[in-house]
Amino acid sequence: MTAQTPQPAQDEPIPMPVLLYSEDEEDLRAAVRALLADRADAPGVIARVESDTPYDPRLWKALAADIGAAGLLVPEKLGGQGASYREAAVVLEELGRSVAPVPYLTSSVVATEVLLALAAQDGPVVELLGELAAGRRTAALAVPFSAPAADEAQPASAVTGRLEGTVTGVADAATADVLLVPTTDGLYAVETSADGVTVEPLVALDLTRPLATVVLDGATGVRVADAASAVPAVGRGLLVGAGLLASEQLGIAEWCLTETVRYTRERHQFNRPVGSFQSLKHRMAQLWLEIVSARAAARNAAGELATGSPDAPLAVAVAQAYCSGVAVHAAEECVQLHGGIGMTWEHPAHLYLKRAKADSIAYGTAGRHREVIAELVELPAP
Amino acid sequence: MTVTFPAAEIRRRTRELLAAHPPATTDRTEFLKARFDAGLAWIHYPVGLGGLDAPRFLQHVVDSELAEAGAPDNDPRRIGIGLGMAAPTVLRYGTDEQKERFLRPLWVGEEVWCQLFSEPGAGSDLAALGTRAVRDGDSWVVDGQKVWTSSAHVARWAILIARTDPDLPKHRGISYFICDMTDPGVEVRPLRQITGEAEFNEVFLTGVRIPDSRRLGPVGDGWKVAQTTLMNERVSIGGARIPREGGMIGTVARTWRERPELRTHDLHQRLLTLWVEAEVARLSGERLRQQLMAGQPGPEGSAMKLAFARLNQQISGLEVELLGEEGLLYSDWTMNRPELVDFTGRDAGYRYLRSKGNSIEGGTSEVLLNIVAERVLGLPPEPRNDKDVAWKDLSR
Ligand SMILES: Cc1cc2nc3c(=O)[nH]c(=O)nc-3n(C[C@H](O)[C@H](O)[C@H](O)COP(=O)(O)OP(=O)(O)OC[C@H]3O[C@@H](n4cnc5c(N)ncnc54)[C@H](O)[C@@H]3O)c2cc1C
Repeated sequence: MTAQTPQPAQDEPIPMPVLLYSEDEEDLRAAVRALLADRADAPGVIARVESDTPYDPRLWKALAADIGAAGLLVPEKLGGQGASYREAAVVLEELGRSVAPVPYLTSSVVATEVLLALAAQDGPVVELLGELAAGRRTAALAVPFSAPAADEAQPASAVTGRLEGTVTGVADAATADVLLVPTTDGLYAVETSADGVTVEPLVALDLTRPLATVVLDGATGVRVADAASAVPAVGRGLLVGAGLLASEQLGIAEWCLTETVRYTRERHQFNRPVGSFQSLKHRMAQLWLEIVSARAAARNAAGELATGSPDAPLAVAVAQAYCSGVAVHAAEECVQLHGGIGMTWEHPAHLYLKRAKADSIAYGTAGRHREVIAELVELPAP
Repeated sequence: MTVTFPAAEIRRRTRELLAAHPPATTDRTEFLKARFDAGLAWIHYPVGLGGLDAPRFLQHVVDSELAEAGAPDNDPRRIGIGLGMAAPTVLRYGTDEQKERFLRPLWVGEEVWCQLFSEPGAGSDLAALGTRAVRDGDSWVVDGQKVWTSSAHVARWAILIARTDPDLPKHRGISYFICDMTDPGVEVRPLRQITGEAEFNEVFLTGVRIPDSRRLGPVGDGWKVAQTTLMNERVSIGGARIPREGGMIGTVARTWRERPELRTHDLHQRLLTLWVEAEVARLSGERLRQQLMAGQPGPEGSAMKLAFARLNQQISGLEVELLGEEGLLYSDWTMNRPELVDFTGRDAGYRYLRSKGNSIEGGTSEVLLNIVAERVLGLPPEPRNDKDVAWKDLSR
């Protein structure tokens, strides 16, 4: 369904972001969904994550370059689409719906946002942004995927340009071309292929988003920011990452509910579709309610980020505190209401459960975001 | 979306009303009548019936102008059933005479309405109702008993559904009437409730004569008419915007801030979780409002009631615990018959107890979840064994 962005009525008493989808966003969604249906169906995703190359470079090229999704957040004059967080959020909804293994969130959102926050007009930052926007290369921010804020980013040490340190649990590091490494001496862009860089893949709970440990042993890179500007830039990347992750979580939850409704309508036991049993209907109706709310929260976070509102950190924390739980709940219900088949490797339900659970830790847990809220709205702990 | 009725025009008319009837020197009821006659009562209603046929979302232009000028309000809490349920039903199914007669005093608040739907034997299964209406010349003679009727003790009029043909299956032989609560044969008895007060009542109808001119919709089609009422009861989202911490969560948050000695870690966790849920519910309401503005109402409306019921119950429960020793007390158990439900003006214990009704009144949460599951998600319906059986042959 296409929606026109309503013009806010005159005299709106409370400024609020538009929480609906614009026609352009729906067009973008349709393009991404069609591509994913074509190139990343469930059996394909399962086969892919079990292979040596968890990412499908052809899928990435089509998504990043052909559709232009990788450059949505990058201004046109830097080689991007000059779109906004709203559009990127729509892409993430679709990626959540298909749990496609692509480095969109880590490279096109978080790493890109860190670089954008440096506000460079030329030089290596701009060059790298252009390559990320075109989908020619990907980057990963070398901080643990679970880190909610810049000060928990385990900075490596840098002495006269040589980097030393170990960063655990970095999402998508294994497939990235470039690592953005926060250090005691500022932010460095380090080629993963450079001397002194080892990226050791970890066995991750979420098969569709690989983690790795990054070991730096005298590695060199380009210093793209001093310590004073690196911390806020990393913080900005993590804030936007958390805010848009809510849309991925929304997509996960939507897929889980849609599939569960479809399956329980078809599956018969006791001479009835199991979906006609009220105890199941109520659980699915409850999930629908949660998803309605999650959509409002996720759209609000994207909208507040897009308008640069001072309320954006609160909107992001609210969205994360809420949407994490909804995605996990939907995925858990999906497994349960599918019965035995829900526990089966061939059925994709497990991919969603694993993604949802991993996402609930990524960029800070719900509890951590509630702590942020407590501070922002002055509801202090005892 | 094209706005054919500019906000500026609405504002101009509102200022005209204010100039002609300065709130400071005009009697409350007179002001409200003038507002109705100016079409500024509910602007989406037809011209002549308190409206301007204007888009509903522009109502806030009127409301904020009037609030700023200190104009009197018609107190929708007191006349909630009339505004939320009777009015849309009269508007849709009423004759011109009925609309002329009923809508103005309803909106102004001169005449309070109640809803004679539920019966001791028919609640969630409302279509099973047994109150009889038998035709007698130009009138109908009504006998039966209604229950849990909010505001019956202050109501001038009631919307009433009664069975006019027991030989048909239960959804068919029902008709819809407007009942005069002052007529002989209408007896209202207070029914005390969990809070100690009697906000709702039992209503006994004995040989009550209702002229046929006060029937709404065709004979035997009352169930369809009732659907309009019930739909409006559930979707009582008028497009009003709530500020952050606007509902019950605001009360608890204030107590939390002002009384550090009450804080515990467990309550902190629960408070934050509920704060997030209340904020998200507010955002969902805003999203629904934006959908209505864009002319694409979604099914979300009927579901908001579910969320608010649960939230109100959990927040008010937390509030009692937060208050600790004070939470053990209750302001007043005296039986009185209030005119309205006052969540904010009463104490935490009252809020806790009254909010239990939120998941029962206007359709229970269980029944609403069935509706979401079947109408929104398309899940298979409950097996039914009562659809094609004459009402009189159903087991009761
Ligand atoms: C404060 C308050 C004010 C009210 N005001 C009015 C009023 O002004 N006018 C009026 O007409 N009525 C009024 N009501 C009545 C209200 O509409 C009914 O109480 C309500 O519809 C439930 O009906 P019941 O009480 O007969 O419960 P029942 O229908 O007997 O329900 C009992 C339990 O069974 C569950 N149940 C029933 N059917 C199903 C099903 N199909 N699937 C799953 N669970 C089911 C219910 O959810 C409930 O938990 C009021 C009620 C309250 C609490």
